[in-house]
Amino acid sequence: MSGQVDEGLRSELQKQGIWVTSTQELYNWGRRNSIWPLQFGLACCAIEMIATAASRYDLARFGGEVFRPSPRQADLMIVAGTVTKKMAPQIVRLYNQMPDPKYVISMGACAISGGPFKQGYNVLKGIDRYIPVDVYIPGCPPRPEALLHAFMELQRKIDGQKLTGESKAPFLDANQPSEFPVPAFGAHDLEPPLNSDVFHPPTIKR
Amino acid sequence: MTPDPYFFLVIFCGVALVFPLMPLALAWLWRRFFQPPKPGPAKNATYECGVESLGEAHVQFQSHYYLYCVIFLIFDVEAIFLVPFAVAFTDLPIGAFIAILVFLLLLIEGLVWAWSKGCLDWARAR
Repeated sequence: MSGQVDEGLRSELQKQGIWVTSTQELYNWGRRNSIWPLQFGLACCAIEMIATAASRYDLARFGGEVFRPSPRQADLMIVAGTVTKKMAPQIVRLYNQMPDPKYVISMGACAISGGPFKQGYNVLKGIDRYIPVDVYIPGCPPRPEALLHAFMELQRKIDGQKLTGESKAPFLDANQPSEFPVPAFGAHDLEPPLNSDVFHPPTIKR
Repeated sequence: MTPDPYFFLVIFCGVALVFPLMPLALAWLWRRFFQPPKPGPAKNATYECGVESLGEAHVQFQSHYYLYCVIFLIFDVEAIFLVPFAVAFTDLPIGAFIAILVFLLLLIEGLVWAWSKGCLDWARAR
């Protein structure tokens, strides 16, 4: 950003007791330190998520302890566990009901790709087929430390989001969608099986 | 010079007005300059549990079920009367036995009346 203060000058001023900041920094500082996750769990990963929120691992140290029972008040969706095809429309709908800016942590092998149940007839092969995911945590289930790490990665991501300019955050762009199509129950699979606007799997070149 | 004692009330009213209006104004300005609102069908939906709501929210409940509850209460009280009667049954004179029988018969008659009136049906046909 062109209006950004020079780092050296800033640290000099800070030594003199003057704290210089910008709207963007203040905004992101507030946002990253008060991430409210949506309170829901899908499978065994949810137990680890609960442990992360409880006293031993204490997600509250990062400002994320306020688990909201309503998507209208949540910033972060932690997809903790196996997403069955029965559950996927509800997840997408809950995501749609969250206000912007919203973030998704895909927790565990199941939420990333279906995990050990990938070949199962009723398991969605990754929630990123329908909604954009910000941070993936591998593991089966990931330890609470891994979720904390993902949380810190998300905070880092939020911190780097721009308010203005060409590379501003997508949720600030009026043309970027905030809701994504909810899949319907088809005869054999969810219809559509994936949202090609969202799902960009890496192509393996051999 | 001391200010008018009501002057503090004026300050209080001013603060009471500005305090809630300022966050609203800030939110409005933020929306105006930075974050465009993105309403949608799911966001504007009434329910927020992830499941699509079925039918209308304006559903009529039948209120005549209260009769069922009243009858239940009466027979609950009857049970309280019957327990000491059953405990002291062997020592009771014949008069007391007839008295409790009359009491029971009165209640049973009431039950028959309520039954014939259709009060025991869960949902009455309209």
